[in-house]
Amino acid sequence: MTRTPEVPLLEVVDLSKSYGAVVASDNLSFAVRPGEIHALIGPNGAGKTTAIGQISGEIRPSAGRVRFQGRDITRLPTHKRAQLGLKRSYQITSLFPEFTAEDNVALAVQAQQGHSFRFWTRARRDAALRAPATQVLERIGLADKAKLKVTELAHGEQRQLELAMALASEPSLLLLDEPMAGMGQSESRAMMDLLRPLKGQIGILLVEHDMDVVFALADRVSVLVKGALLMTGTPQQVRDDPEVRRAYLGDED
Amino acid sequence: MEGRLTRRAVVHGLALIILVVLPPLADAAGEPFLTTVASRILIYAIAAVSLDVILGYGGMVSFGHAAFFGIGAYTVGILMHHAFDGTVIPFLPWDWTGSVSAFVQFPLAILVSGLFALVIGALSLRTQGVYFIMITLAFAQMLYYFMISLPTYGGEDGLNLWERSSLPPLDLYDEWQFYYLTLVLLLLFLALMQRLVNSRFGMVIRGCKQNEARMKALGFATYRYKLAAFTIAGMGAGLAGALAANHTEFVGPDMMHWTRSGEIMIMVILGGMGTLYGPVLGAATLLLMEEVLQQITEHWMVVLGPFLVFVVLFARRGVYGWLVGKATDDD
Repeated sequence: MTRTPEVPLLEVVDLSKSYGAVVASDNLSFAVRPGEIHALIGPNGAGKTTAIGQISGEIRPSAGRVRFQGRDITRLPTHKRAQLGLKRSYQITSLFPEFTAEDNVALAVQAQQGHSFRFWTRARRDAALRAPATQVLERIGLADKAKLKVTELAHGEQRQLELAMALASEPSLLLLDEPMAGMGQSESRAMMDLLRPLKGQIGILLVEHDMDVVFALADRVSVLVKGALLMTGTPQQVRDDPEVRRAYLGDED
Repeated sequence: MEGRLTRRAVVHGLALIILVVLPPLADAAGEPFLTTVASRILIYAIAAVSLDVILGYGGMVSFGHAAFFGIGAYTVGILMHHAFDGTVIPFLPWDWTGSVSAFVQFPLAILVSGLFALVIGALSLRTQGVYFIMITLAFAQMLYYFMISLPTYGGEDGLNLWERSSLPPLDLYDEWQFYYLTLVLLLLFLALMQRLVNSRFGMVIRGCKQNEARMKALGFATYRYKLAAFTIAGMGAGLAGALAANHTEFVGPDMMHWTRSGEIMIMVILGGMGTLYGPVLGAATLLLMEEVLQQITEHWMVVLGPFLVFVVLFARRGVYGWLVGKATDDD
């Protein structure tokens, strides 16, 4: 498999979505290269989450195309996209509350191992599921919480578990919707330490409000304003761009 | 957990002992009809457990589960009817005059209910929430009215069976033998479902109950798994229906009426949704209450209502949860 920079991992072409008169995505085009952390920023209501939803398949675009590894996936349902290696995590924690942390991760592992029409063997004693799950939990620093139910985990730990599930599902592109939302300083620093080594391994499309995080992690940044793309560039270019300053930073306060 | 005498193990052990010694005990007490009542409880327990697999584990609130119960019963009834008339079953591509053998009737009852569940599920599972409840209810009522308008099989009056299924070397007319057959089938079904809900498949349907959108995002084709679970549940209800037809020696459209679906659902909720053994307790609780209270007043539902409210409010895992305490991995 040769990945030349010319073939982007993810390519969004002229993506448009409107809800009645409200335009959530306006001719949006950008690309994520293999292995890069690509940040999607913009003021509240810029359409970042809508864009993520259209890429993951949960929202049907009004027009435009989404290509993943050169393949048109605009009409593929969510679970098919996930099977191709396009996984997302959620802004609002989206876990399986009745299950333990380990169950949650094991379910993400299970999704990678072909169909689940297996009715006999106990899933909780299946080493093929539990060993990789334990490994990911160790890597993410949640190993000692493995047997706790999701409802017994602190908020920051739930966010970590969210990332653990995304990693366990071996994505080639990870859509991270505000992974640090609601986290304290130290938690969010720990999360950054977890994300940084992924650079070069998997592509990440990161929606994040915290500019320090964006500038510390991202290879490239795309700026959205009112559903449309203002610019794509390196963190430095974006920071120095007067239009971004006006549109984005101006709106903030 | 193994080897330790937990509260759960004690409850299960006691329940099993009571179930095994019940017929001789009933006879010794001079109340042999109790065995018949107990058989009825076990039959409904099978139906309730099957509903709980999709309701309690899969989060699919099917309000038409009695349809599959009725189809199982009618399969037995119709095969029996033709076997005694010597007439050919209509709409079959070949001439077949039915059968009185349980070896034919029971598997066929399970198969036919499964097929109906597959079709009804395939359509219903495209909807969610209240719509799913309503559409499953609508399908069940459709089948109910269909059987009412079918005079060949008794219409509104139903079919009286000439005899019970033949299952050599057993004699199903013997209440003891019938009881123990039903008990063995229930235990077998419970064992199978215990494997199922703890398997990879089980984890998928339990995941769907908790967060289906996330299951899809993980890459699971949730519709297929839910449909498979729905079909399996329909098959379980079909088996219960086949037993019920033998138990009452009668099949009628009332077996599919929505109130019957409601009763099965009440058994699940009373006993403990999302616990495998709870629905068995639920079936026992509801049917025993009916049996006892009916002798006092015909308005026995007046007592059932508040009791149900009490259970829902104060015992989230039903009578079962109240007996065994905290949830464990295996429930």
